[in-house]
Amino acid sequence: MSADRRQFLIQSGKFIFLTGAASIAFEHLLAGEPEKAPNYKLTDHWWAMTIDIEKCIGCGNCVRACKEENGVPKEPFLFRTWVERYHVPRGDIEHPEVDSPNGGYDGFKEKYRPGDGSKNFFVPKLCNQCAHSPCVQVCPVGATFESPDGVVLVDSKYCLGCRYCVQACPYGCRYIHPETGTVDKCNLCYHRITKGLTTACCESCPTGARQLADLKDPNDPVHEFLRTHKVQVLKPQMATGSKVYYSGLDGSVR
Amino acid sequence: MESIISAVEGYMYPNEMELQWSVLIVLYPFVTGLVAGAFILASLERVFRVEAVKPTYRLALLTALAFLLVAPLPLQLHLGHPERSFEMYLTPHTSSAMAMFGFVYLWYLMVVLLFEIWLDYRKDIVLLARSSTGPLRRVYQLLTLGSYNISEGALRVDERVGWFITLIGIPSAFLLHGYVGFIFGSVKANPWWSTPLMPIVFLFSAIVSGIALVLVMYMFVCWLKGRRIEMECVDTIGRYLLYTFIIDFSLEMLDLIHRVYEADESFKTLDFMVHTRLYTSQIILQIVLGTVMPIVLLAFIQVVRVSERARRGIYVLSGLLTLIGIFAMRWNVVIGGQLFSKSFLGYTTYKMGFATREGLLPALVLMVLPLLILWGLVKLLPPWGEETPSPAEAEP
Repeated sequence: MSADRRQFLIQSGKFIFLTGAASIAFEHLLAGEPEKAPNYKLTDHWWAMTIDIEKCIGCGNCVRACKEENGVPKEPFLFRTWVERYHVPRGDIEHPEVDSPNGGYDGFKEKYRPGDGSKNFFVPKLCNQCAHSPCVQVCPVGATFESPDGVVLVDSKYCLGCRYCVQACPYGCRYIHPETGTVDKCNLCYHRITKGLTTACCESCPTGARQLADLKDPNDPVHEFLRTHKVQVLKPQMATGSKVYYSGLDGSVR
Repeated sequence: MESIISAVEGYMYPNEMELQWSVLIVLYPFVTGLVAGAFILASLERVFRVEAVKPTYRLALLTALAFLLVAPLPLQLHLGHPERSFEMYLTPHTSSAMAMFGFVYLWYLMVVLLFEIWLDYRKDIVLLARSSTGPLRRVYQLLTLGSYNISEGALRVDERVGWFITLIGIPSAFLLHGYVGFIFGSVKANPWWSTPLMPIVFLFSAIVSGIALVLVMYMFVCWLKGRRIEMECVDTIGRYLLYTFIIDFSLEMLDLIHRVYEADESFKTLDFMVHTRLYTSQIILQIVLGTVMPIVLLAFIQVVRVSERARRGIYVLSGLLTLIGIFAMRWNVVIGGQLFSKSFLGYTTYKMGFATREGLLPALVLMVLPLLILWGLVKLLPPWGEETPSPAEAEP
């Protein structure tokens, strides 16, 4: 190899390597530093949530706290979490009447009288943090992904806004944020739970109906809860590996 | 905002109230379907040597190209961040059906369509590069890609390579549109979409729409240029249209019968939707006017002898009805799949804007655009070669 050619290869090698390194550094600079969460190890956790239907009083605290905490638009049809009211007349579980005015944000005005032979209850909904998420499967660029600690996250700097994931979610948990043009959904208040806090909805729930759970933590009361309660996930036929466990879930809920 | 909520009947999950995929996403399978169908018709002549449809061969290829160039535009216009769409090439998510779009598209455009058209037109391009003047000469010189050899031997090689490209082109066209069907058919959350029949239904409806388009285009261009319509050609295409339509309709009916007979948890909801919000577009436009009518018309002239004039009329009418029917089918799949709640407890309506980003106006522009491109392509590369000098003038 002549000296000239070697020189050229070294020069261009340096150039390619350095521009690559520089572009990574620049991207890092643009993206900003990720929030520090010292002592948090991804592989030490496996996040989930339990919801006790019997305890939910439909106050809407969770919905308000979530919108506040996560900058969810105030539009009455965009939610990371919302509460549904079920009215099952005469035990007809195939034909429940369901409503969720403003997602339960303002609580629920009394509508059904006790003693009319119906069954009434509230069902809080949120992203089910599926272990086999259909939304993650369909994202064309991998902007939404399952984190090793069991939370389904969205990289809003990478999302194209194609909305395929919104279509793929069987639970209606995703929406397009009108300001960013990218998809948004519950991330279990990831910025809080990685710092040892609980989620905004669980924190604000007055009856403790919602509980953040770490299935990898042997001391988490979730294990006792799952052992002593009959629990179910939403739409189990979808086989999404949902990790939001409902206790006292009625067959009419969908 | 109020209108979004007031459009809801029954209960929908809140995030479902806004429709995610608009009329632009209806255009996408419609346009790619036309591409795949037009190409498959062209390939018939090439691979199976059906001489009768030869007059439409080049027109079909140019039609496919014109529509293929427009195919990604509605998607691009729909994205929340179109500037990031290139990421699909750089970091494709391998489990995503949608991530494959860019690759299938590029493969089809570059390897199959452009290559085949270039090979087929190579002689014409060389002759035009020699005979034309001014800036147009420059364009043709560029289009030759520096290859001026149009000797007997070279053209024979072209022919053989072109035949081979067409051969890989057919499965590619199947892939292109079967794949679009898979995008919908693989969404398990949506019972209106989720069926393994979706890719094959999409494919056959694509072939049907492509054949109908080429049939109508051919007759229109002949009329425009005052050329004689070759009846053997349109008769053959009309027969192909009938046969593929029967397969397509059978598949769609199979899907329907299966749904009605199984009557799973989603059935009541979907049944109600078809009888109310989708009634006009599904029952009237898609099935009665857009499918049964053309099939009956085309079958009629197979059994009853009618005049050439009447046959031409029937071909134009059934071709146009077919295009309307297939468009309605795409509409019913894409929009219909979003009108009901995944809770099966409610419905919403689709309100199309007009001069909005995803409204009717951009949709119309995107439908006219391929016709303009086709006009330009036909000017640049005349499908009949009448503007080219006869081969005798060409240098060996």
